[in-house]
Amino acid sequence: MSGSTERITGGVAVPSAGNRRWVGFRTIVIREFSRIVRIWGQTIVPPAITATLYFVIFGSLVGRRIGEMGGFTYTQYIAPGLIMMSVITNSYGNVVSSFFGAKFGRHIEELLVSPLPNWLIVLGYVAGGLVRGLLVGLVVTIIALFFTRLHVEHLVLVCAAVLLTSLVFALCGFINAVFAKNFDQITFIPTFILTPLTYFGGVFYSITMLPEWAQHASRANPILYMVNAFRFGFLGVSDVDVKFAFAIMVLAAAALFTASVWLMEKGTGTRE
Amino acid sequence: MKALSLRKLTKTYKTGVQALKGIDLDVEQGDFFALLGPNGAGKTTAIGIVSSLVTKTSGKAFVFGHDIDTELETAKACIGLVPQEINFNQFEKVSTILVNQAGFYGMPRAAARERVEHWLRKLQLWDRREAVSRTLSGGMKRRLMIARALVHEPRLLILDEPTAGVDIEVRRSMWEFLKQINEEGTTIILTTHYLEEAESLCRNIAIIDEGRIIEHDRMTTVLRKLHNEVFVLNLRRPLDGLPELPGYALALTDDGSLEVEVSKEQNLNDLFAELSARGIVVVSMRNKANRLEELFMRLVEGRDAATGQARPAVSA
Repeated sequence: MSGSTERITGGVAVPSAGNRRWVGFRTIVIREFSRIVRIWGQTIVPPAITATLYFVIFGSLVGRRIGEMGGFTYTQYIAPGLIMMSVITNSYGNVVSSFFGAKFGRHIEELLVSPLPNWLIVLGYVAGGLVRGLLVGLVVTIIALFFTRLHVEHLVLVCAAVLLTSLVFALCGFINAVFAKNFDQITFIPTFILTPLTYFGGVFYSITMLPEWAQHASRANPILYMVNAFRFGFLGVSDVDVKFAFAIMVLAAAALFTASVWLMEKGTGTRE
Repeated sequence: MKALSLRKLTKTYKTGVQALKGIDLDVEQGDFFALLGPNGAGKTTAIGIVSSLVTKTSGKAFVFGHDIDTELETAKACIGLVPQEINFNQFEKVSTILVNQAGFYGMPRAAARERVEHWLRKLQLWDRREAVSRTLSGGMKRRLMIARALVHEPRLLILDEPTAGVDIEVRRSMWEFLKQINEEGTTIILTTHYLEEAESLCRNIAIIDEGRIIEHDRMTTVLRKLHNEVFVLNLRRPLDGLPELPGYALALTDDGSLEVEVSKEQNLNDLFAELSARGIVVVSMRNKANRLEELFMRLVEGRDAATGQARPAVSA
């Protein structure tokens, strides 16, 4: 704390609100990306190992005995579901752990005192979830290519489905983190709700194999629509109406984003 | 235009605790302002509302004329906050914390790096720029929070007990640093438990207690309200007993020093003349307690002997 404190810029150069928001948003995303890379052993490696195990056990070993499903080998059939599963868990996991960690360590206050609007803070964290979800999804796709040939029927639908699904679950993770008061509460939903819904969401099977009541019950599971929309993009087969599936994803994303911003405006879990 | 104006600001927490009971407060541009009060008085709540960490129950707050209800982004861009507790990411590097913070205020990374170097050098943290922040000492962490609050060059710097837990050397150098920043035009609001700090740095003061402002004036005016001061006189030769000094309340300390209570109507020249006449030689003297501390205690404990009043009500 020495010498004079001359202003190196000659005073405050006030950026326009639009420029400030853009730079602020970029900063949150860069910070989130740096975090993902810094703790790559927790963020990238585990889903890669899990996916490899699924492909080895369910795809190669068990899959050979199952035979074809929907006109494709079992490995080809489950590959989109496994990619989607990793996108869902990592989009959710990144936002819930990063935002709750920021609350727990109180460095969320750096953002709360800054001039960034609440909707941009939500977008920044959600973008971080998208980055991790898509990065892990890409890694799992590469792993899948070691086990099967991935045919892409509708590339645009593949991209739209993965982006919307990642967005929806990143927002779910954000809301979980807003309400969480301790670390148990950020593992409760992924363990007891997200994982069962994912497994019953048609990742490993077609719901046409289920009895009628179970098919009806499965249709209440939003993950079924996401997995099938994504699978339709790859293989051109789906258990549900794809347009309806996209409508559900768009509506869910809009509702969850509105809820997230409302919670931030209200200060739930963040401001006293 | 005031740097900060609070009008009838109230805050009631969900627990029912009424932390602020309608406070009015004005801080002039360029001021070095002390906000004092005992623990739980409402200082941090008031600061939290201004900086958007706490939602107000009612009332208005303006930062350089910007209403936090309608121009929150502009108001927040004017403020730099040094909170009471460490609140940076302890896993990030020192320079990363500052570059990110600058980004949250709209500063592109290239410009931010230049600014970060400037402030890290000023706060003697440049050599630790690549260190992970949790490895810093307590004093360094405090300085890092000051650097972070200044990186976007705010017009209003709010420091919530910035020198708590730091050694005297670091504290003194922080004082010098803050004085420089204030002289260069930054308005500073300081809360502190070191009343000596407030007395030596601040020109204006507000004392808050139980959610109400009980004193709000210039520091010199406030200190003039102190009607009695106790001085400790170190004597060349210890006294065997108390001397006869009419009009003065006297006491002897264990080490042979003489404590004399001097009222506003009396003066030290007369006191020394009386002592000289009795052959008592004073080698040195000091205030028994910091003057502001004395007044603070009287105000918050409702025993202002000078006025004989009970605990004062809202005065500002």
